[in-house]
Amino acid sequence: MVKLATRQLVIDIPARADGVPIDLDLCAGQVWGVLGPNGAGKTTLLHTLAGLREPRRGEVLLDGKPLPSLRRRSVARQLAVIFQDRQDSFPSTVLETAMIGRHPFLAPWDIETAEDVELARNALHRLQLDGLDNRQVSTLSGGERQRLAVATALTQTPRIWLADEPTNHLDLRYQVAVMGLMAEQAAAGRAVLVCLHDINLAARWCDHLLLLYPDGGACWGEAGAMLVPEALERLYGQPLTAAQVNGTRVFVPREVG
Amino acid sequence: MPRLFPPLLLLAGIAVAAMLLAVAVGSVSIPVAGLWAVVQGDGDQLHRTVVLELRVPRVLAAFATGGLLAVAGALMQVLLRNPLADPYVLGLSGGAAVGALSAMLLGLGAVMVPGSAFAGALVSTVLVFGIAHGTGSWTPTRLLLTGVVVAAGWGAVVTFMLVIGPTERIPGMLYWLMGDLAYARSPWPAMFVLALACLLIMPLGRSLNVLARGPLQAATLGVAVRPLEWSVYVAASVLTAAAVTTAGAIGFVGLIVPHMLRLLIGSDQRLILPASALAGGTLLVLADTLARTLIAPEQLPVGVITALLGVPTFLYLLYRSR
Repeated sequence: MVKLATRQLVIDIPARADGVPIDLDLCAGQVWGVLGPNGAGKTTLLHTLAGLREPRRGEVLLDGKPLPSLRRRSVARQLAVIFQDRQDSFPSTVLETAMIGRHPFLAPWDIETAEDVELARNALHRLQLDGLDNRQVSTLSGGERQRLAVATALTQTPRIWLADEPTNHLDLRYQVAVMGLMAEQAAAGRAVLVCLHDINLAARWCDHLLLLYPDGGACWGEAGAMLVPEALERLYGQPLTAAQVNGTRVFVPREVG
Repeated sequence: MPRLFPPLLLLAGIAVAAMLLAVAVGSVSIPVAGLWAVVQGDGDQLHRTVVLELRVPRVLAAFATGGLLAVAGALMQVLLRNPLADPYVLGLSGGAAVGALSAMLLGLGAVMVPGSAFAGALVSTVLVFGIAHGTGSWTPTRLLLTGVVVAAGWGAVVTFMLVIGPTERIPGMLYWLMGDLAYARSPWPAMFVLALACLLIMPLGRSLNVLARGPLQAATLGVAVRPLEWSVYVAASVLTAAAVTTAGAIGFVGLIVPHMLRLLIGSDQRLILPASALAGGTLLVLADTLARTLIAPEQLPVGVITALLGVPTFLYLLYRSR
């Protein structure tokens, strides 16, 4: 079953040629990785998929319906976004922050129920943020904030995850934990799309890949078909060495002689 | 999860106590027994006149004005995502001041002053928003900068008016600029606007919590960001205009009250908005009581008192917080 799809989508990056229109089917159970150098448009694509930005051409469909035709609230009940950076202009606690994930499910006069608190607590536990409920977000480390953002999305119980570099600021253990969570969500029948900088994380956890080139070029498909050194070298303008470790392909930057 | 009622009840209790105190204290001080007699419909004729015709309307006007300014401040701070924003930051008080002073200069009489203040405030709102909006879309920074610059422009016009104004009108103009409840005629329009705003805005509290985390985050959580921002902008403008129309440009209440409350009870807007209405009202009731008793029978502009009370309290809370 297709969940989020794009038809002839051209993202709107100022002063860039249209390039290759993207036809993507993000289905339940899949983990899509988006790879590309800085400025290739990964974040713009993610925001366009979430309906936060108008595409230049083409459309994004959620369960077959064009995104702009849906109410934001009903989109929010199905789709969560993890942003690269967050604004906290006002002080707020960890639990309050995770609880905003329940917003789409509450009517204006509603107050969060015990179940909502339970969902938020479980999400915080899943990201190993237990015991920090009443801590001010501003006193957290970068990695803790990043995990809090993932926990907030988890509290939102989405069917579709759009995550912009969810492993930013995380140490190796938590990178694995967060990618593991994404894979687990997909295995439970949700659809996941992550923008990544680390080819090896993509190779280990993504079953499909979309490569975005800075000139607007793009190619996509099953991970196995995309993870070829030539394509990745052209993507990053960086020579690579590929190796096979425990059945997973690994890419290491190669010195130019 | 959020415990809304205990803090609100406490604040409401303090507000009632402050209003009773304000009704009892003044050039004619009235003992509790005298107040009770007036409430029951009899008592000394002088007491009746002082309480029912002078003090109660003035106390209610002070409460409504303070509440309006504090709620408007809390809204502006969320809208601009800047804890330093206040109801006047977008040039509202400047526009209102130019309107009010023009009416005074032209000798239109006290009846026309509130009306032209209201008109001035709304003209300024539309002007700032129009310019900030420009040909594209507006951002909080752009709105803030436009407001600050327009306010500076109004400031120059006000100074010009004070310079060319006839000497006998200058004190009245200065009192208006500092904010003065002696001009408050009827408290009911301001009370009505405050009650209506509270009813309409309270259900938006949680959406505002989300909006405070940025427009993108808010949109992904199902908030219709633009309509909400528009509503908040219009609401804050009307609230401020109503306050300025009632009592002139009273400073600091809108900046300090929401801030103090955030330091004390956190930043959940569902709590901050009603709490601002109560605490802002209380602060202005107390400030006005001081304003009319400190150097009685002379009266001070209440804006002087709010600044003198508000600034040290605010600095203390800020110093004490982490």
